[in-house]
Amino acid sequence: MDVKTWTFLIVGLSFALYIAIAIRSRATSTGEFYVAGKGVPSLANGMATAADWMSAASFISMAGLISFMGRDGAMYLMGWTGGYVLLALLLAPYLRRFGKFTVPDFIGDRYYSNTARVVAVLCAVFVSFTYVAGQMRGVGVVFSRFLEVEVNTGVIVGMVIVLIYAVLGGMKGITYTQVAQYCVLIFAYLVPAIFISIMLTGNPVPQLGLGSNVLENGVPGSVSLLDKLNGLSADLGFQAYTDGQKSTIDVFFITAALMVGTAGLPHVIVRFYTVKRVKDARISAFWALLFIAILYTVAPAVGVFARTNLLETIPNKEYAALPAAKSEGGWFKNWEKSDLIAWVDKNGDGKIQYTSGPAFIGKPSFREDDQGGSLLGKHGERLLDNEKTDGANELYVDRDIMVLANPEIAGLPNWVIALVAAGGLAAALSTAAGLLLVISTSVAHDLVKRTINPGISEKAELWTARIAAGGAVIVAGWFGINPPGFVAQVVAFAFGLAASSFFPAIILGIFWKRANLYGVISGMIVGIVFTSSYIIYFKFVNPAVNNSDHWLFGISPEGIGTIGMLINFVIACGVSLVSKAPPAEVQDMVDRVRYPREALESADS
Amino acid sequence: MSETPSAAARARYWRKNLSWLGGLLSVWFIVSYGCGILFVDQLDKFKLGGVPLGFWFAQQGSIYVFVVLIAVYVLVMNKLDKELLGDQFQ
Repeated sequence: MDVKTWTFLIVGLSFALYIAIAIRSRATSTGEFYVAGKGVPSLANGMATAADWMSAASFISMAGLISFMGRDGAMYLMGWTGGYVLLALLLAPYLRRFGKFTVPDFIGDRYYSNTARVVAVLCAVFVSFTYVAGQMRGVGVVFSRFLEVEVNTGVIVGMVIVLIYAVLGGMKGITYTQVAQYCVLIFAYLVPAIFISIMLTGNPVPQLGLGSNVLENGVPGSVSLLDKLNGLSADLGFQAYTDGQKSTIDVFFITAALMVGTAGLPHVIVRFYTVKRVKDARISAFWALLFIAILYTVAPAVGVFARTNLLETIPNKEYAALPAAKSEGGWFKNWEKSDLIAWVDKNGDGKIQYTSGPAFIGKPSFREDDQGGSLLGKHGERLLDNEKTDGANELYVDRDIMVLANPEIAGLPNWVIALVAAGGLAAALSTAAGLLLVISTSVAHDLVKRTINPGISEKAELWTARIAAGGAVIVAGWFGINPPGFVAQVVAFAFGLAASSFFPAIILGIFWKRANLYGVISGMIVGIVFTSSYIIYFKFVNPAVNNSDHWLFGISPEGIGTIGMLINFVIACGVSLVSKAPPAEVQDMVDRVRYPREALESADS
Repeated sequence: MSETPSAAARARYWRKNLSWLGGLLSVWFIVSYGCGILFVDQLDKFKLGGVPLGFWFAQQGSIYVFVVLIAVYVLVMNKLDKELLGDQFQ
């Protein structure tokens, strides 16, 4: 069977599974819709959290990013797992004890203010939409490449699937679909990694394959894989893979911003509300990180494998001699057809020169004739409108494709390629569903029930939540079909914003009784204003000076959220100290968050 | 039902909780920001199974340590809860 048939089969089966699960676990009350009735076992919650946490970016893009960044790629690995440690130790158990549904609920009650609640809702909705847009793009890319349908059709299919199980099942439906999606995505990630690890090093464990020697004629040779990759890189004029490219201070601050930014992600925090007791929340946090770590420790190995295979197969080959699209080994031309690989023959020798530096300015813009067909060059390559650079590099490879193309590059069987497509979809859909639920909960519970219309009946609230989820799916789909050109910038924005606003407010709320409304609000405002002006200046107002010579202490806009967070902490503490302490009932509430419920039983009654 | 723990016992529980958090987060900081970023070049002079040590901490080791940190946290907090609540803890 060819790749397309296999993909239809595997993706179709996985979708049928998700829908069957959603129908079996429909939500019938708001409690079930928001937090699955608080009855999810820790192990299942751990898997669901892992699927929720690992987005299309983790599955599709991360290993690719690492393979282009080398050692600096560690900022994503450490940022997204280290942030989870902060979440599990500093936030999750306490928020679970607080016992309400959402983070805006906590902010609103702890700082005794509906304004604070509404600000928190807006932040949560903004962060969630930014993320959902990325997931929908991921769904579109997978569909267009593997099923050869329009990206838009792909997005719409994805929307319908999410709509069915998020709107019908609520958190209960999502939780059990996410368990299935975790199994699909981890299997899909591991199978090609294990295959390629065996092919390159003979070691079936990718994490160990990373440090093994390369096979020569089927037996381990004397050169380690990383030494070989460093050698290949040096020959082509790239920096050594195991060396850093960015400055230490920048890596430090970006990692910190990613950690703190992810720790405050609302869709992951809400998962800890779905288990019975605080004890279960802690255990499921452990399971979740264990399940996440399986993918995150394989990703750097995949990055190395993919980079080695790419550097071995493409540079200095004649374009015309590469296998045609859709034929065996035709991955290069397949992805060129999907706009994600581009080649300009600068020196006219018909060979693909690949070295450091961009081949041309910006993303590829392919030249088309009146009917929208591609215009081809002398060797059959697609022609580009982009302005060429002076450098010798002729090749553009989109970072997002490395994981998806990896099995093709390594020549793995068709069913493995199809499996990767299903895995990418599982990762994107599970995260999208979690985020959509946060949006609908924020609107129905925090905005309507707690702020606008407190008298709303349970049934009406459930319907409001369903309608909000449906509306959110449509908005997210619109972003997927018309992706804003600035998605990457907006993502930097979302992390910076989460780091410089939410995180200090929650931490101070739990660990410092003296923190009050005035302190936290002024801290949040200064933190957000500082961070967003820095990002807006370098990303939108004056992108020409977006380089380390002009950055504050050499910190890029991606890492500035860390400084914003520090400023927020200082201001929040200072202002809290000079203004009046929070009321006694709020201090009692902090006690309830800090100690097990049983320890306060009689004090309460 | 047995008695609710005294205020002193609760204060002790919270102090222990905070010092464990401090300890665990110090390890968290040392393996990620220390070994993986600040001292990565110095550690790269050593090798662990074919991988430069600093590179290994940055892309593998720190993640393994994170998993262990949460496991320790789960065990410690269960123990602290038990100390505070005695038989009521299940």
